Amino acid sequence: MQRLQFIAQRVLKGVVVLLGIIVLNFVLVRLAPGDPATVMAGEAGAADELFLQQLRKEFGLDKPLHEQLVVYVKNVVTLDLGFSYRQQRPVSDLLMERAPATLLLTGAAFVLSLVVGVALGVFASMLVGRWSDSLITVFALFFYATPIFWVGLMGVLLFSVTLGWLPSFGMYTVGANLKGAALAFDVSRHLVLPALTLALFHMAVYARMTRASMLEMKDQDFVRTARAKGLPESRIVRVHILRNAVLPVITIAGVKAGYLIGGSIVVETVFAWPGIGRLAFEAVLQRDYNVLLGVFFLTSFMVIAFNLITDVVYSLIDPRIELGA
Amino acid sequence: MHGARDFWKRFSRNKGAVVGLAILVLVLATAIFGPLLFPTSPWEMTGAPFQRPFDPEFPLGTDTLGRDVLSGIVHGARVSLLIGFVATLVAVIVGVILGALAGYYGGIIDDLLMRFTEFFQTIPSFVFAVVLVAIFTPSIASIVAAIAIVSWPAVARLVRGEFLTLRTREFVQASVVLGQPARHIIFVEILPNAVSPIIVAGSLMVATAILTESSLSFLGLGDPNLMSWGFMIGAARTVIRTAWWMSFFPGLAILLTVLALNLVGEGLNDALNPRLSREGR
Repeated sequence: MQRLQFIAQRVLKGVVVLLGIIVLNFVLVRLAPGDPATVMAGEAGAADELFLQQLRKEFGLDKPLHEQLVVYVKNVVTLDLGFSYRQQRPVSDLLMERAPATLLLTGAAFVLSLVVGVALGVFASMLVGRWSDSLITVFALFFYATPIFWVGLMGVLLFSVTLGWLPSFGMYTVGANLKGAALAFDVSRHLVLPALTLALFHMAVYARMTRASMLEMKDQDFVRTARAKGLPESRIVRVHILRNAVLPVITIAGVKAGYLIGGSIVVETVFAWPGIGRLAFEAVLQRDYNVLLGVFFLTSFMVIAFNLITDVVYSLIDPRIELGA
Repeated sequence: MHGARDFWKRFSRNKGAVVGLAILVLVLATAIFGPLLFPTSPWEMTGAPFQRPFDPEFPLGTDTLGRDVLSGIVHGARVSLLIGFVATLVAVIVGVILGALAGYYGGIIDDLLMRFTEFFQTIPSFVFAVVLVAIFTPSIASIVAAIAIVSWPAVARLVRGEFLTLRTREFVQASVVLGQPARHIIFVEILPNAVSPIIVAGSLMVATAILTESSLSFLGLGDPNLMSWGFMIGAARTVIRTAWWMSFFPGLAILLTVLALNLVGEGLNDALNPRLSREGR
């Protein structure tokens, strides 16, 4: 019961944030230089007068601001995110079509960065001062400072151009028409480089955090107690240190989900991955603001959902968390 | 003077920080004096396109339009550092003010300001920055504003935390009892004691700001009048198979600059917060 209440609270908070984002979108369009109708239509001057009038009517642009806001919120809540004049299709259709690819990419990168990052951090913390610890620390410093689009391009250069191991763009082999397991294998081959590119930066973050957090836990009283009880070292590390050390990393991972999705714009651009990020890049090139605002709305929604999931996972892992609070 | 020597002693104990400082000084010197050595505009076609690097005339080669890659990197240093520092400065000012108000007054003001801060921390910051720059048209001002808008929340939370603990201290309580105005207590009594963590966070934020700027200009959202590292890589993206140098060298410049800033930030942390244990970092 308590857990349900906790979850309900988080959902409510998410809904409030989402409403805030809708209002923010609304304000952005009005603050933009030029007529909001032309902003919604895409590049100024490209839309014809008839369409602009239709837009003004649809969004009530001739009415007072607060009424416009009500219309806008109603539209968004019913998943009407407007129309892409450039692509001649509703924005929500475009987004739905591209969402699965982005979820696959960011999901893979999330798991990869968290699992490998935590593993590296644990490994480094157990070998403090030795060369492998230094190596992991240098690796983390390096990738923490590297722009991900550059990592992606260098990855293409090494693994696709020079070694020829992996495909460098897209999600499928063009014209191969594969099915079943062969298709899954094809997609995974295409997924390796983009997911790794997106994951490396966060892997570095989690490795550093886990290492620091593990070292901090090592000196805690309860660890000393466990040691005094004569528990085997491997059990102390696994149960007493690791479980507590990983908690802050998971919290951060949830918070950082937004960065992962933001990074997907750049990574999808590098690898021509057919997701929301690539759509955002196309929208930027064409100044297709309706699509861009739709991407902003959907990615915010994804982040909120992600945070909600981490909150729930956290409450399951950490027995100390006060659910009622 | 004694303080400065102490500071340097603690800072220089961190070898990485010294290396970082050396690189940073080099990048700064490039940003300030480099354009004097390369007076021609980095946009100008100075040689044949696609010239390979390690050539005496064009040490880092030329790009698809015959522009000197080295000249682009030198001119780009100015843009990256300028945007990184100014955006951070704006973010720090906003974050300090909001964080100080929240931490000092507490109660409903704190609640409201923190909900506001959380909101900005929840939304995907890079996507938001892309939307802002695209809608307000790319320029150095809109890029700085966008980066500042997505960066201030971290400072606000940090400053709020410092203020929450500092405001219960005796010297602050004494000022309150003496009837000093809130503005005096916030800026003269408390803030100077919270400067160290702000400086450390700020130096790391400059690094993040430079990464964000490079991503924006990679996507074509840079100031169209200024040569920047991200733009160079974005423009060379499609020819990566044939002309690796066009994206390799600007990326290396970003990597070194950001790495240097991170290392210096860690050194500053060691030097300014000596009480914290060094283990674990």
